[in-house]
Amino acid sequence: MSAEFGQISLILALLLAGVLAVVPLIGAQRGNQALMRLAPSLAIGHFVFLAGAFAALAVAFIQHDFTVTYVALHSNLLLPWFYRLTAVWGSHEGSLLLWMLLFGGWMLAVAVFSRSLPRPFLARVLSVMGIISVGFLLFILLTSNPFERIVPGPIDGQDLNPLLQDPGMIFHPPLLYMGYVGFAVAFAFAIAGLIGGRIERDWVRWARPWTMAAWASLTFGIALGSWWAYYELGWGGWWFWDPVENASFIPWLIGTALIHSQAVTEKRGAFPAWTVLLSIAAFSMSLLGTFLVRSGVLTSVHAFANDPERGLFILGFMVLVTGGALLLYALRAPRIMTGSGFDWISRESLLLLNNVFFTVSAAMVLLGTLYPLIIDFMGWGQISVGPPYFGAMFILLMTPVVVLLPLGPFTRWKRDQTVRVLAPLALAAVFSILSALIICAVLDAWSLRAFSGWLGGLWLIAGTLAYAVRTARASRRGLPRHQLGMALAHAGVGIFIIGAAMVEAHTFERDVRLAPGQAVEESGYRFQLDEVALVKGPNWRAEEGRFRIFRGEREIAQMNPQKRHYYRGNQTMTEVALRPGLFRDLYIAMGEQLDDSGAWSVRLHIKPFVRWIWGGAVLIGLGGLVSASDRRYRQKRKSEQAAASRTAPASGQPTAQAHP
Amino acid sequence: MIRALIPLGVFVALIILLVVGLQTSEERKLIQSPLIGKPIPEFSLPTMQDPEARITHNDLIGEPFMLNVWGSWCWACREEHPFIERLGREAPIELIGFNWKDRREDALAWIERYGNSWSRQVVDFEGQTAIDLGVYGAPETFLVDHRGIIRHKLVGPVNANSFDDLMRRAMQLRAETQ
Repeated sequence: MSAEFGQISLILALLLAGVLAVVPLIGAQRGNQALMRLAPSLAIGHFVFLAGAFAALAVAFIQHDFTVTYVALHSNLLLPWFYRLTAVWGSHEGSLLLWMLLFGGWMLAVAVFSRSLPRPFLARVLSVMGIISVGFLLFILLTSNPFERIVPGPIDGQDLNPLLQDPGMIFHPPLLYMGYVGFAVAFAFAIAGLIGGRIERDWVRWARPWTMAAWASLTFGIALGSWWAYYELGWGGWWFWDPVENASFIPWLIGTALIHSQAVTEKRGAFPAWTVLLSIAAFSMSLLGTFLVRSGVLTSVHAFANDPERGLFILGFMVLVTGGALLLYALRAPRIMTGSGFDWISRESLLLLNNVFFTVSAAMVLLGTLYPLIIDFMGWGQISVGPPYFGAMFILLMTPVVVLLPLGPFTRWKRDQTVRVLAPLALAAVFSILSALIICAVLDAWSLRAFSGWLGGLWLIAGTLAYAVRTARASRRGLPRHQLGMALAHAGVGIFIIGAAMVEAHTFERDVRLAPGQAVEESGYRFQLDEVALVKGPNWRAEEGRFRIFRGEREIAQMNPQKRHYYRGNQTMTEVALRPGLFRDLYIAMGEQLDDSGAWSVRLHIKPFVRWIWGGAVLIGLGGLVSASDRRYRQKRKSEQAAASRTAPASGQPTAQAHP
Repeated sequence: MIRALIPLGVFVALIILLVVGLQTSEERKLIQSPLIGKPIPEFSLPTMQDPEARITHNDLIGEPFMLNVWGSWCWACREEHPFIERLGREAPIELIGFNWKDRREDALAWIERYGNSWSRQVVDFEGQTAIDLGVYGAPETFLVDHRGIIRHKLVGPVNANSFDDLMRRAMQLRAETQ
């Protein structure tokens, strides 16, 4: 029954989305209050039915309803209940449903929290989101219906991909999708602004917390995915430049540019067209990511069941959404207001640089990802792009960002003097150079990469700290939220850079042959293999190495890496054993049994500062959330009030001190 | 107005690329290699286990074989590995590994970790022979008959469906030799 209930809910959600896409928009064009007023209620109903559909699929999984094809393909009787629940989004159809649920959730949030927006504007925003929802719900119902039945159903189902049977999988896709679909809010705001014909600083201010929240979710999602790949894929790497990783990284880069350009547009009225364009691009890149992952146009480990028909649908949808948005942009952009000019040395120009570097990086990643297609298209033969291309380009593009970043907050809008900007940072510069030297000496990590990593990272942290301290002192109430958020995020970048540089430059890896009773000594750690035991899980059995790790004579850890064999599908998975630490991770993975003597090949890693990569990323995301929670974005600045104070400077908005 | 149209122009170019890419994705994935029906290009490559020893195209011709292109850096290769293992065990013809654009220590570590399914393994670290072979990306699997003619090529990871297909084709190639 639940499948039919889900199917009907989905169709009802589609109907509501259809009404939402048309009626409030007409109301806004004609100034009909009654039609505009419908928008929030429609958005709420839309969400309720999406939640119903999602719950129906979850129930089918929990109850082992194998007559539902999707359940039969991705679950079985042995699968524990929590993985049955996460299996809902373990493959294409269900993950689209999750996508839609979260999208409906964002619409609900906009409908509930944005009552202070002018009614025509809110109506247009929700209508634009309704249009997007219609497209995706049609996509689900026509090409990817998770509620299809097979009769008679099998007695038992297949298995959920063992790679996905992991706690990291519970949160990775939802967070990622939160980010993807969250950019739809910024998109809808931009389109609503274009339809209305004016880009106002007010709505850019309203759009900012939404954009930051979406961007923060995306940050967490990407970080979680990276962490998951690190321990689950058994490779010890943390980023692979896989097409699908890139698909999530491109919107992130655009989103980073967007949240900075929004600041300029809100505060100074500059780059309004650019902000609109980035808003369109961020969501379009999310759509493109969805397309790349689900159409099978590129080969990747994430590839869902490939189906060109689905690809064509998403492509057609992209043409409508992005193409329509860009056409609207072309028609309206020439009329968009332009802000006041600014000098070379000003916060505007630094933020412009930020935008240039992040946009170019996004273009670079996109180009690298699509390179095989381009080459094929041009008939240039067959060449492939590997991680070296991405790594080299990225370091090149991000170095100026790191060097200039601490200057940004210290620089005044419009015009400033170099000396005034650099003076307060002199201490931070000296501090970072000296401590980078000392730290590299203490760690005995003498390499260009490690040193520049420490230098860059400490420069960011010290520069950000200097700014935070100065701002907190200057204001009575301490650091305002949006500035605290900025400081957290910028310091997070510093921590991330240190982690990435240390891991890339000074990871220790060794493959050894170990028999039970033997030990191997490395960098002050002694890894001792006591035995290899046979253990059983709910749907797998495994050979488990029992290791004890000694530092000197002191036992510091027990580690049990496994080689798992899943019963269904006959798959073998390596469960690595990890001993996380603030300054290093110990990492053991079981290889193969070498001979009958019981010896195994074992891979040992010592990864310095690897936690800092995710620690930094989490701090970046937290910074986004803290900023988004600042009340200044939600305060209603009444137009009358603004008009009244237009003669007075800055209408209570701090300009020179404000957060970019 | 003209300037405002630039983003739309870029987008249209992107869409054209993607439409073409989508149309050719099955081709790129399944069959259309200009080399199908042609003899396997000449090569002489070192083996994985022993860098001094070499295998040439002449060593392989005479018996049908499967050539599996992979690299330790390639995620999809990990995904297809259970099927490669089965091919190595069950297919009636030899399964030869073609390690591409890799580093020897990485490849050996990978093999140790996930198992060696290939009976023999050549390495092409510079990727020169791969270009002759028309390798588009890893993983790819070629089927070559006993006369050294490339008969089939699968681009992308082997999955349950393509596994059955490969097995069927391998049996056919085996039957042809008798």
